[in-house]
Amino acid sequence: MPHFLDFEKPIADLEGKIEELRHLSDGEINIADEVGKLEGKVERQLRQTYGRLTAWQKVQVARHPGRPKCGDYVSTLIDEFVPLAGDRLYSEDAALVAGLGRFRGRPVAVLGHEKGNDTESRIAHNFGMARPEGYRKAQRVMDLANRFDLPLLSFVDTSGAYPGVGAEERGQSEAIARSIQSCLSLTVPFVSVIIGEGGSGGAIAIATANKIFMLEHAVYSVISPEGCASILWRDGARAQEAAEALKITAQDLMGLKLIDGIIEEPLGGAQRDPGVTIQAVGEQIGDALDTFAGMDGDALKNHRREKFAALGTAGLI
Amino acid sequence: MSWLSEFVRPKIRALVGGNDVPDNLWHKCPACEQMLFHRELEEHLHVCHACGHHLRVSAKQRLEMLFDDGAFTIVDLPAVTADPLKFRDSRRYTDRLKDAQSKSGEREAILVAHGKIKGQDAVIAAFNFSFMGGSMGQAVGAALLTAADTAVARNAALIAIPASGGARMQEGMLSLIQMPRTVIAIDRVREAGLPYFVLLTDPTTGGVSASFAMLGDIQIAEPGAMIGFAGKRVIQDTVREELPEGFQTAEYLRDHGMVDMVVPRGELPETIGRLISLLRGQSDHDNSPLVAIPAPTPDAS
Ligand SMILES: [Zn+2]
Repeated sequence: MPHFLDFEKPIADLEGKIEELRHLSDGEINIADEVGKLEGKVERQLRQTYGRLTAWQKVQVARHPGRPKCGDYVSTLIDEFVPLAGDRLYSEDAALVAGLGRFRGRPVAVLGHEKGNDTESRIAHNFGMARPEGYRKAQRVMDLANRFDLPLLSFVDTSGAYPGVGAEERGQSEAIARSIQSCLSLTVPFVSVIIGEGGSGGAIAIATANKIFMLEHAVYSVISPEGCASILWRDGARAQEAAEALKITAQDLMGLKLIDGIIEEPLGGAQRDPGVTIQAVGEQIGDALDTFAGMDGDALKNHRREKFAALGTAGLI
Repeated sequence: MSWLSEFVRPKIRALVGGNDVPDNLWHKCPACEQMLFHRELEEHLHVCHACGHHLRVSAKQRLEMLFDDGAFTIVDLPAVTADPLKFRDSRRYTDRLKDAQSKSGEREAILVAHGKIKGQDAVIAAFNFSFMGGSMGQAVGAALLTAADTAVARNAALIAIPASGGARMQEGMLSLIQMPRTVIAIDRVREAGLPYFVLLTDPTTGGVSASFAMLGDIQIAEPGAMIGFAGKRVIQDTVREELPEGFQTAEYLRDHGMVDMVVPRGELPETIGRLISLLRGQSDHDNSPLVAIPAPTPDAS
């Protein structure tokens, strides 16, 4: 049973009808015509709805449980993947996945937030909310990438770093800050894709990259719309307004020149065709890595630094 | 002109001119509720004489307290787009900015200045918590880059003094990207071989604590300062249990290995000056660098 979002009700109704028709059909009545008509309607409805999603609707799509997760990208795009565990200081953190593998034959290092696909895996991965250990593991893997000249890929999908007592005691702030510093010290190409939710410091800790892409309906924000609404509007229920005001969609951020490109999603969102989505992301990563071919380590590091030093300053003043 | 003569005295004069006893000659200590007379408070560097609570001070007061003889030169900061997102919540961001500017007499939530601390060249980047919660947007990020470049140009140590609730939400993602931008700033200081210290003051949280503010070569905190990544309420809502006593205070962070030392306000210039001197290899007789060891002559080998 697919999961429908609130604003997808008309689509859900139409698809329900199609299901019903197929179920009732005993082979004697020809339902093909009727089903074809309904499918046409579904497509029109999807085009209409997804062609003009509001920022808040995009937040819901970005958080859709059926959307491909980090693990889905890794298992499709990375061959011979070897996950690496632990920060060597305290613990393993399954919210932040790290490892080595091959992307189109070439050895790479991989980082990503894993939200999980069902209740059990969501709990196991702490809903993609990393603790300091996750960010320290990321630093370890970035160091490996540097020393063995492996391009780094990151798949960003988190509502934010985990806000817990232990996380604070073990230096969540320091771990995130140091992870950003590691990103900036990389002498290898670093490509980051926001595949769902880019939640604040917990996201940018592994997204300070040479090239940053967002899926068409992904969001990337300094604070969750709910959090912003409860602080600025003093009413968490006004998250829709906050989502608009914060300019968190891929389209908004492309307009602000804060990201390098938008990866188109299948009609109706990535959840409707994870396979096609993952392939599109793979294409984009491949193209991005190609543009860095032949650049030496210092040039790559400077490229990243100068890009961030200049972000937000061009064409806005 | 000091902050006292420029700001406080005229204000008091204006008030004393009236018939009523002005209320704001007295401050209530937020910790013990002791009434503190402004002149005494001033003398005690805004530390409550009854309980030792460190009251919040402005960026300008910080500069006056830390630089030798209260003498420093303010560094011009780059202009940035005032309201890049045309942000509006219950009020316009531009209105909130104007309010903060007229209340503080400052343009933004940060001041950068250079001068000497116990004879040591230093650049200080100090936050004004009263300016929109010391929040970090484009102006603050640009100021930290300027502070770093000034330190490098002047061969001086950089001291960052955050007092901030975190990112400036009204600038959306343009505020989040200040996290890497401030890390770039301090990396420039680091690569120039210069010391970078952070003095964590009350409060330092969110995107500020998770960027330049946790990356000091030496981390100093003021007594009782609240320092953390996530806000207490957010944590409480997540864990649904009592938070430990003293959670997220300077002392708690020190005990958990996150800061080097908790230093009372009055001892800061001495501590910072000494640390710069030690890191920069200076003899204890004066502040001049040690005589360079002569390079070996070619015939020595
Ligand atoms: Zn007191």
